[in-house]
Amino acid sequence: MTSLVVESPGLLTTVQDLGRPGFGPLGVSPSGAADPVALRLGNLLVGNAPDDAGLEMTLLGGTFVFPEGAVVALTGADFGAMIGGHPVEMWTSQTISPGAKLVLGPTRNFARSYLAVAGGIQVAPFLGSASTHLLSGLGGHDGRALRKGDVLKLGEPAKEISCQRISQSVLLTLKPRRVLRVTDGPQIHCFSEEAKQVFFRNTFQVSEASDRTGLRMEGPSLGAKGPGEMITEGVPVGAIQVTPSGQPIILFVDQQTTGGYPKIANVIGVDLHRLGQLRPRTEVRFERTSLAVARSLWIEQERLLNSPRQLFA
Amino acid sequence: MRFCAASDQATLVYLGEEIGLPAHERVLRLLRLLQKDPPDWLRNLQPAYTSLMVTFDPGKIDQGNVEVVLRQFEQRAKTTRRPKPHTVEIPVCYGEEFGPDLEDVANLHALQPREVVTLHTSRSYHAYFLGFAPGFAYLGQLPKEIAMPRLEIPRKNVPPGSVGIAGRQTAVYPYATPGGWRLIGRTPVSMFRADRQPMAAISIGDKVNFRAISREDFVKLEST
Repeated sequence: MTSLVVESPGLLTTVQDLGRPGFGPLGVSPSGAADPVALRLGNLLVGNAPDDAGLEMTLLGGTFVFPEGAVVALTGADFGAMIGGHPVEMWTSQTISPGAKLVLGPTRNFARSYLAVAGGIQVAPFLGSASTHLLSGLGGHDGRALRKGDVLKLGEPAKEISCQRISQSVLLTLKPRRVLRVTDGPQIHCFSEEAKQVFFRNTFQVSEASDRTGLRMEGPSLGAKGPGEMITEGVPVGAIQVTPSGQPIILFVDQQTTGGYPKIANVIGVDLHRLGQLRPRTEVRFERTSLAVARSLWIEQERLLNSPRQLFA
Repeated sequence: MRFCAASDQATLVYLGEEIGLPAHERVLRLLRLLQKDPPDWLRNLQPAYTSLMVTFDPGKIDQGNVEVVLRQFEQRAKTTRRPKPHTVEIPVCYGEEFGPDLEDVANLHALQPREVVTLHTSRSYHAYFLGFAPGFAYLGQLPKEIAMPRLEIPRKNVPPGSVGIAGRQTAVYPYATPGGWRLIGRTPVSMFRADRQPMAAISIGDKVNFRAISREDFVKLEST
């Protein structure tokens, strides 16, 4: 069995795949890669299934050794990866020779970088997924972020892996955005006209206190217009809750599955992976769109992600 | 029955407008039927007090057609039988460091702490849904005499097993999480374990009874 050795883990590195949707009745959130598009593309580059597990690194990458060598791909944010003092091209399949060391540093652009490895990272699945859920300590590698000295098992790579690269035009289409498109939240009618104007006309800053459970927005208050008591209900990923102090919080992949704060809006499906690339202090805006537009954008994006001919340069 | 888009990939179905067994019975029936006979577009289900959130694959269906299909399911759900609820007993050691807010709850209601315990253990609670964290069951309704507002400043770290009350709800925290509920005791029973079937100690629709235990029993049960 081939392996990957963690020489240094970086700031927060976890095993993630595309998550475990479908366990709402147990109170289990969907989890999965914060930028699932980046992980999927990385997996395709190394001949894996789209939902194989890889490593998600946050803001500062780690150092990894491949005693038996491996084929890997780095996608998502650029953490200045090097092998033997040479820069490693991103969004491309790369062959690592036995014993070589992959060194990543601080981010040069966005929040999360993904390391996909041919054969995938092998861990015992929890509810069908390898994704780490930090709050409950379930899934991933012992339910926790990686530490120095961890050894991760790699699966059997595909028979033939041709060296491939994601095309520039695809990367342009999928690139992170600072204008997040949203549809109306179920309680939008609870907010005053003024509150809605504050929300849609201002920029908000992603707070340092943001993580995989939610992105807190700093900016003008939406006012303590008491949306009053609300009966707790299910909340989807991307739901924008407004706390009693008037601050919006975007619920993210490791979210709590139900919530009692009113929701003004919801980030649309094609912009959810972009949330995963927002660094603290990034300025964002919200732009209203319709359910129909959101759906056709989603269908278009899925078509692109499922068409290798378009993806590879 | 009322529908509202929760997102471009999720629909909220409201089956009542107030917390109580009638609305929840409808939520449970619809949930069970969708679990038994899931449409190919179904991604996830999140039940709550009066609503069920249905997440769908927008590549397979749109919001309008989800509504049409769910209306048909709701019709069918009216005549389905649902399994008898299980009864779950949760042993709790109340007060002291296990229940740091027990005194406050008692003071606010001009009761003795042991009266709060008696009231908390006096009835069988209905498990409305699991949410917040894996295995966190929202139980109701708490007797009015001990209903409490949430803490103004939530605790950063509530120990696992803590029994909390908020409004007319009570629950056990399965994990060390932040939390704003008033803590009155702690159970040695683990609320969620991936290596157990069922994983969650309490399932939606269960009847839950709390039983007061001594510190000695707590320690004994904890080690088993």
